[in-house]
Amino acid sequence: MSTADTLRIALVGNPNCGKTALFNRLTGSRQKVANYAGVTVERKEGRFADANGRNVQVLDLPGAYSLAATSPDEAITRDVCMGKFPGEAKPDLLVCVVDATNLRLHLRFVLEVQRLGLPMIVALNCSDLAQRRGITIDRERLQKELGMPIVETIAVRAGGTQTLVQQLSLSKPAPPAALPDGSDLHAIVNRMLSSAVTMPTRTAAVDDALDRVLLHPVFGLAILTVVMFLMFQAVFSWATPLMDGIDAGVTGTSAFISNLMPDGILRSLIVDGIIAGLGSVVIFLPQILILFLFILALEESGYLPRAAFLLDRFMVGAGLTGRSFIPLLSSFACAIPGIMATRSIQDPRDRIATILVAPLMTCSARLPVYALLIAAFIPAKTVWGIFSLQGLVMFTLYFAGIISALAVATVMKMWSGNRAEHTLMLELPSYRLPSPMNLALGLWERAVIFLSRVGTIILSLTIILWALSSFPAPPVGATGPAIEYSLAGQIGLAMQSIFAPIGFNWQICIALIPGLAAREVAVSALATVYALSATSGDAESALLPLITAQWSLATALSLLAWYVFAPQCLSTLATIRRETLSWKIVAISAGYLFGLAYLASFITYRVALALT
Amino acid sequence: MTIAKAPTSAPSASLLTLAYNEQALVRAVQATSLHDPIARRLRELGFVPGEPVRIVAKGPVGADPLLIQIGFTRFALRRAEAARVLVETAL
Repeated sequence: MSTADTLRIALVGNPNCGKTALFNRLTGSRQKVANYAGVTVERKEGRFADANGRNVQVLDLPGAYSLAATSPDEAITRDVCMGKFPGEAKPDLLVCVVDATNLRLHLRFVLEVQRLGLPMIVALNCSDLAQRRGITIDRERLQKELGMPIVETIAVRAGGTQTLVQQLSLSKPAPPAALPDGSDLHAIVNRMLSSAVTMPTRTAAVDDALDRVLLHPVFGLAILTVVMFLMFQAVFSWATPLMDGIDAGVTGTSAFISNLMPDGILRSLIVDGIIAGLGSVVIFLPQILILFLFILALEESGYLPRAAFLLDRFMVGAGLTGRSFIPLLSSFACAIPGIMATRSIQDPRDRIATILVAPLMTCSARLPVYALLIAAFIPAKTVWGIFSLQGLVMFTLYFAGIISALAVATVMKMWSGNRAEHTLMLELPSYRLPSPMNLALGLWERAVIFLSRVGTIILSLTIILWALSSFPAPPVGATGPAIEYSLAGQIGLAMQSIFAPIGFNWQICIALIPGLAAREVAVSALATVYALSATSGDAESALLPLITAQWSLATALSLLAWYVFAPQCLSTLATIRRETLSWKIVAISAGYLFGLAYLASFITYRVALALT
Repeated sequence: MTIAKAPTSAPSASLLTLAYNEQALVRAVQATSLHDPIARRLRELGFVPGEPVRIVAKGPVGADPLLIQIGFTRFALRRAEAARVLVETAL
């Protein structure tokens, strides 16, 4: 790539300065999201053309309060700005983004960055909000005092970055003069503010009013409960038609291909392996996207950090942090985005603890298994006049996951020898209306991550598991279902001695193997074992009477207990490996989840046997 | 950056002693050890002498954490963090 006609800029700024919104506005969908080499900090790069048509490459550096880094994110920002990060060229120019309503804090960071001696432009973001709150900023004067160009931007409005793009099209400003060593940056900021800025109030009235209610010890918690309830209600009810649509599409496609191709190994690979396998995972896309729509909107509005505030004390008691709330919430859709979201937890010990318990949140992939077993074994009757017994069991399973996560985190806290203070120091930003563009880009990013995972890890696992379940073919004259003679079948039969004490028959053991790729595949695998077609859309309804007749209640409850812990999700383990860069953490998670699952199933099975 | 010391004459109250919404000024941030990264970060966040500060919300259990308004920003601080900030109330 030619670098002569490319300008490389980096966006820097405090957290919550609107930097990412500005980045989205500048680059639109021309973004590349990856990781910085060797670490799990997200690297966002995009490009756009300036007024002269020159290509501008823009790097969205992680938000930082100071260059004296206290987290991996801040260290990246420092190293890239100083040109010290291996593989990252030093930017030609820094755009320092400041929130015009929070200049007291943000200008200090500008002064700190100024010491690096790079050409700089200050983007005075949220200038519309500042105006509305009666804050007047003498831009010319501030510009002169800072010694660098200042442009006003409104990241949430179309065309709100025009001034910045125009400024970038001019010749590069000279690097600002460095401040003498040992200058009191806070004092300089206060002097600049008193000469160039008038602010009638320190806070927005709306923030004060909202915080009084939303952070109230009683109402605040009540509102949080209602918000969470509505969110899950929406995830399950809104997603249903979309999921039915995907299901119909998958069934239709496999029927269409089945008709086109002659019966044989290739057709089996495509229809039973690839389409059925991927279809059973893609079906969760609607739930994941709806959950993320809520999470992104709550985050953009400034409410999620408030939830972290309300819950911090509860989470600390269990060895976590208020910041764990967001990752754990995402894990109800799927542990993979949840584990990725732990990047926002700066304390490495809190982050590992959150990663370890994230798989205990009931992800949506466990739902089909729960739904099948509850429908088969729990009578549809009403208890105490208002509650459905099936609903109560479902609730208990979700609750069991949360309680065990808290218990596991507590035990880990007691075990870890490190008694150094854990920090919170969490900024609660001003409330704002979420911008549809940022929501759309955020959802798009999630969908791409999820689908690329489906296309790589899950696709390869699906093919491997299909091969295990299809070869060797049953001998001529075999009477049992084909899978019984395959490698997977033989492994399942061998596993039975381990799982017999918790009440699993060999059919369940076999189904656990394909369940490694994705938990929900266990349902279609059971269908295959019971000699049904796994690809027909109504495998579940055909399976119901069979297992009701053949399994004991104790076995069914034991399998439910097993799935609360369900250690057998390879994609989650792969994500843990990628996010922690440690096989040890992977081994610990897999080991403790397996141990707990076995223990819980054993107790459930024995108690249920004794009672029935 | 110098480590701010509380003047020895008047005993300084910590942020924890403030009532809800009571106006005060930051007097100093007390480091609990020689290299206290939390004290340093608090100063970077704007907890410097003379800044107006107040408690705008308290956590539901044991009034932990506290939501502190400093400058134009709100930070949630755990009690151990807030205890490092010494304040004087306007008389």
